[in-house]
Amino acid sequence: MDTFAALSQGLMVALQPINLLFAFVGVMLGTAVGVLPGIGPALTVALLLPITFKLDPAGSLIMFAGIYYGGMYGGSTASILLNTPGESSSIVTALEGNKMARAGRGGPALATAAIGSFVAGTIATIGLALVAPTVVDIAISFGPEDYFALMVLAFTTVSAAFGSSVTRGLTSLFIGLSLGLIGIDLQSGQARLSFGIPDLLDGVEVTTLAVALFAIGETLSVVAAGSRADEIIEPVKGSVFMNREDWKRSWKPWLRGTVLGFPIGAMPAGGAEIPTFLSYALEKRLCRKPDEFGNGAIEGVAGPEAANNAAAAGVLVPLLTLGLPTSATAAIMLAGFQQYGLNPGPLLFVSNPDLVWGLIASLFIANGMLLILNLPLVGLWVRLLAIPRPWLYGGILVFATLGTLGANPSLVELGMLLIFGLLGYVLRRYDYPIAPVVVGLILGPLAEQQLRRALAISVGDPTVLFQSPIALALYALSALALFGPLLFFLITGRKAPVGGDED
Amino acid sequence: MNHMLRGALLAAAFTAASLGTASAQVGDLKIIAPAAPGGGWDQTARAMQQVLQSEKLAANAQVMNVPGAGGTIGLAQFVNGSKGDPNVLLVGGYVMVGAIITNKSPVNLSMVTPIARLTGEYEAIAVPANSPLKSMADLVAALKADPQKVSWAGGSAGGTDHITAGLIAKAIGVDPTKVNYIAFSGGGESLASILGGKVTVGISSLSEFDAQAKAGKLRLLGVSSAERLPEAKDVPTFKESGVDVEIQNWRSVSAAPGITEEQKKQLTETIGKMVQSKAWKDLLAQKGWVDTYLSGPAFAEQLAKDVTATQSVLKDIGLAN
Repeated sequence: MDTFAALSQGLMVALQPINLLFAFVGVMLGTAVGVLPGIGPALTVALLLPITFKLDPAGSLIMFAGIYYGGMYGGSTASILLNTPGESSSIVTALEGNKMARAGRGGPALATAAIGSFVAGTIATIGLALVAPTVVDIAISFGPEDYFALMVLAFTTVSAAFGSSVTRGLTSLFIGLSLGLIGIDLQSGQARLSFGIPDLLDGVEVTTLAVALFAIGETLSVVAAGSRADEIIEPVKGSVFMNREDWKRSWKPWLRGTVLGFPIGAMPAGGAEIPTFLSYALEKRLCRKPDEFGNGAIEGVAGPEAANNAAAAGVLVPLLTLGLPTSATAAIMLAGFQQYGLNPGPLLFVSNPDLVWGLIASLFIANGMLLILNLPLVGLWVRLLAIPRPWLYGGILVFATLGTLGANPSLVELGMLLIFGLLGYVLRRYDYPIAPVVVGLILGPLAEQQLRRALAISVGDPTVLFQSPIALALYALSALALFGPLLFFLITGRKAPVGGDED
Repeated sequence: MNHMLRGALLAAAFTAASLGTASAQVGDLKIIAPAAPGGGWDQTARAMQQVLQSEKLAANAQVMNVPGAGGTIGLAQFVNGSKGDPNVLLVGGYVMVGAIITNKSPVNLSMVTPIARLTGEYEAIAVPANSPLKSMADLVAALKADPQKVSWAGGSAGGTDHITAGLIAKAIGVDPTKVNYIAFSGGGESLASILGGKVTVGISSLSEFDAQAKAGKLRLLGVSSAERLPEAKDVPTFKESGVDVEIQNWRSVSAAPGITEEQKKQLTETIGKMVQSKAWKDLLAQKGWVDTYLSGPAFAEQLAKDVTATQSVLKDIGLAN
């Protein structure tokens, strides 16, 4: 029971008043920057590093953990209330969450996100404490061919989940895939589709595209609709808290999201986006009222939010056990460790156990604190939607622009924000779903790079793709996702339940 | 560079500083890190900010991140926007040399005023502990037998890791275009593929492999320094193993184009004092960075040499023409 002894020791460290104060400052800061699109926890921690240099290591690492979790929480608040996903991992949350907010159910949406994040974060943190060494062994056994199979699974499930019309969904997806080709090709070092503009060499920033399509595109639609606007945003209808049915519909998605998020987050090339896509697709499949999907289904918020937070804890597995930073924030946390002369890696658990367990314990504290701070504030947050529409959308526009420019001060970035905003408007106007564009931009480059790595390692032999048992299992799941509904129809003679259109 | 020479240079810098009549402190400094927060350049800029302020060498120092395209976006902005401004500094490094060539950047390092090289890291080659490759000689033999069968995991194509792999192939008489180089976007991802045995060898800066090597999960075959490194005493250099390759991934600081000689001198002195301070040395030790300070004409000469060598190797591996 070494783990529990170590963990309770860590909790003692984290519960010291001064460390609680650090955690509090961290979650507040994190929530604030999470709301602003583009400016994420990575930048905030980077700005704080030189200031915290003289502080006690435990205190500042606890604050960083608070910023990390707080940032994610703030990101979902902006997604739900303003349809402005500030982080790529909260894009899916905007789909159902914003629909709920418009229908006066912003309170329950925020609550299920907060409680789901808490549940998933807690379970995943326990997972981190108990099974980190085992998980990491499995995670590094994933080769490029296995990652490619995982991307195939993501493509097949996700393309089935978005939009009622397959053609429209695929059109959007391919726009995203084409945008994903822009920039320097990692394997060959050659520029593609950059038209001699140096700012395009690094490709299209996911948050810029997401903010433009969601926030700017929507603002343009509202303006274009003018007085014809039929939709009325209801700030609050009914209770701001979750009712019995909300709870009943949320707890399973929370758990399923956790199960998807933690292991994928722990994979060195997994990330937090893919589990949110998979969770959304899965919840849509399993939902008893599939026609609610696209109109504000609470499952579509609960699952992806849980997956997102579980993945965040998962990212810490390779960071703490191997010293592998697999996300921007993890890279900064690594710099934070190094600032105190600590090297995360296989030796950290042995050489600095109090610090590691203090950090893990502080994740519990940060999660709990976020819940306590934010649940009472839900009522206040949803009042945001009561702001008159011209002001609200004016504010969103300022917010989106500031966030994008803050993260990358470049005129080309601003131009992209506007052009993609126009694209978002056109897509909306002609009823094409917008989420697959972002999905294509995220998954396309990942899938391409993994495929090419696999083929380069095998010196061009394509059979390598079908030799690993992990890859074969993932292909089997993809086949099930594609042909499952058809089989269902052939066996029962009934059409499988299909969800409604989203956005 | 050997210690005596470095000592002499430092002494020279010190004498120059004590003879200088300019005030000890410069005003508000803006340090541009041409990369996203968290990377080496960003950390270097923030380390400078910290020491310049704590040592009262600058009244106030600010770091600004201008990420993109291997630093060339930040470089372009610096060249075009800060002409003649003595209060702006740009952090950069060897990676920029390659990026300028492969990206066909319209601006290059000859358009700024180089001040000093600050720190450096050396490249190392690692294999998983259970790999049949036991030494550099085994790797050389494998490469000579069939270069395509040896897959290398490293950073992005055209970066320091790729250039080093190309230089090694060239040094042992293997066609550099045949090097089977697999680019990974982050250190974490490539390390995972090496540990998982997905690739034959990994190539990266020594600090990325250090912890795993100490834990016995990776074996280091060689390092790219001129002499053995204190943090990896039992790892031979490439040269010791008969592979004539020496490369340092350095980081430097430059001032804006078009500043006066007087301004250049003052900035060089300020940076010289920063490098000598205990705070800077402590910080380097903490981060595991090697002090490879070099300033004035010696740095300019080294820079010119690196640019020529890089141009030719990038041509050899087919990334530049």
